[in-house]
Amino acid sequence: MNHDAPLLDVRNLVKHFHVGGGLFGGRAGVVRAVDDVSFSIRRGETLGLVGESGCGKTTTGRCILQLERPTRGQIVFEGRDLTTLGEDELRPVRRKMQVIFQDPYSSLNPRMTVGQIIAEPLAVHGIVPDPAQRAARVRELLGHVGLLPQHARRYPHQLSGGQRQRVGIARALAVEPALIICDEPVSALDVSIQAQIINLLEDLQAQFGLTYLFVAHDLSVVRHISDRVAVMYLGKIVEITDRKSLYDAPLHPYTKALLSAVPIPDPALEAQRERVVLGGEVPSALNPPSGCVFHPRCPIAVDRCRGEVPELREIRPGHRAACILA
Amino acid sequence: MGVLLEVENLTTEFVTRGGVVRAADGVSWDVGEGETVALVGESGCGKSVSALSIMRLVAPPAGRIVGGRVLFKGRDLLALSDEAMRQIRGREIAMIFQEPMTSLNPVLSIGRQLTEGLEIHLGITPREARQRAGELLAMVGIPDSERRLGQYPHQFSGGMRQRMMIAMALACNPSLILADEPTTALDVTIQAQILELMKDLSRRLAVAMLIITHNLGVVARYADRVNVMYAGRIVERGTARELYANPRHPYTLGLLRSVPRLDEPRRARLDPIEGQPPDLTRLGAGCAFAPRCAFQVARCAVERPRLVPIGGGGHVSACWEAANLDRAVARSGAAT
Repeated sequence: MNHDAPLLDVRNLVKHFHVGGGLFGGRAGVVRAVDDVSFSIRRGETLGLVGESGCGKTTTGRCILQLERPTRGQIVFEGRDLTTLGEDELRPVRRKMQVIFQDPYSSLNPRMTVGQIIAEPLAVHGIVPDPAQRAARVRELLGHVGLLPQHARRYPHQLSGGQRQRVGIARALAVEPALIICDEPVSALDVSIQAQIINLLEDLQAQFGLTYLFVAHDLSVVRHISDRVAVMYLGKIVEITDRKSLYDAPLHPYTKALLSAVPIPDPALEAQRERVVLGGEVPSALNPPSGCVFHPRCPIAVDRCRGEVPELREIRPGHRAACILA
Repeated sequence: MGVLLEVENLTTEFVTRGGVVRAADGVSWDVGEGETVALVGESGCGKSVSALSIMRLVAPPAGRIVGGRVLFKGRDLLALSDEAMRQIRGREIAMIFQEPMTSLNPVLSIGRQLTEGLEIHLGITPREARQRAGELLAMVGIPDSERRLGQYPHQFSGGMRQRMMIAMALACNPSLILADEPTTALDVTIQAQILELMKDLSRRLAVAMLIITHNLGVVARYADRVNVMYAGRIVERGTARELYANPRHPYTLGLLRSVPRLDEPRRARLDPIEGQPPDLTRLGAGCAFAPRCAFQVARCAVERPRLVPIGGGGHVSACWEAANLDRAVARSGAAT
């Protein structure tokens, strides 16, 4: 057991969005984007957060960064509850938490050179006030992410997708963060480049002792990079455990269906594989189903699932799942 | 099984600020009747341009087809009049795109978008078209089709829109469907639904399919034969089983090795293809993959390899070292 306090402890996080009811009508309603989510991440660990679009994984990340203020719950980072802090108190904390986005092109300013993009946080946070020293630090950061000093003079459009993502990583590293939220960092990249970036993220983690929250929908990539994995569906965590237990012995029927839906690049194997193809689609978070939110699509649902909200309970040591049949 | 579509030496160029780019550079491939063939490769490799060229949808003046033939049922599509080509498009050859929202008209009802093509191509009455549209929606698994016909694209989910695109593609009983990244924008569980639907319908209706994708897993499950493209050229082709079991181009091998796989033990480190895709305006005389290739020899930098047969069964590879690749692979496998 690790008795150290976790770096990040998310407790009973709830984020609701109010929609409709405005000038142009539409019925007012509440989207339960994140609905009572709890997890923690230890220092130096990678937690994978997987789920399909609209499951709340990105909103969870934004709440941790305090880009969205949670409706309820606590975000305890290095022992302080961020939800109680004002903007002034948050500023130094934000340095410790950085984010890498899916699309490096839309998250880099097209009018700034790579050098300016990486130097900006160093100047804004007053980390390296001297311009000459700042230029040296930019060169060092470029080296850390596998780029050359001359890349500092280029503009984002002059780089390939993989190189742009390296710039995004260098910018995140510039402020020496403790936690990096990686929001689908490789899904917009070509297959051959994805592996380069994943290896880079792992190298940097080892070198700088970084902690990652790795938000993604690709289960093969998540297995590769994560120590533990949480699976989200419609605003809730349905299963959370260490990597090996999740992939070797998944307990929740949604996790099983997700794993089964991933095609394997081997025609001979694929021909023999039985697939669990889920019917229907993810219901609206505006009007989630009663009981277990997964029951309308669940291949093993029973009557009780319609009425009873399953608790995320420990079924095996260190392995929790929200299913009454698990 | 007869040949339905035969692409010969197709060359398509684009004029860019950096110079002229050969997006498809003398590519040849074919699709048999009822067969599912894949074009695999990464962004900019020319796979989508190949499909657009077949439909003659490459937009001038920037893009133009500068050479080759596209024989569909024996007729060269590149030599047809615009009017004759319109009869082929949507009727004999249909297309499904990656992002259904941008290829559907947001201000026309679902029903109208389906019936328009039916009335134009099949010359049937609006009432008959409406009935056929309902049948098509039911066929692609959209329940409550009468009500759905009156709705608009924004009222459909992403998966439903892609089902709708498939219904539109099937509307006039085409013999070939070109599907360009049909499931890339969809969630994993919906992707599985759509792929199973496409596979089932293509078998039941005996429609041939060209699937354009970057996803090697999708290809493994759904394609009979696979063409791998890199920098505007086909670098390897074979039956799906042969290509995955016995890749003979370093790029194919690199792609297969770089993806983490759920069916294999987790590796400590991924094995990427190093370097960046080439700038197509600055291709040299040699093999375009050489700068990133672990198996390159002196010849690769100066002389471009042609596709040559490897064993039998139509397996071809464009690599000077193709014959030695299996030994090299065995050696490097032992070393890691």
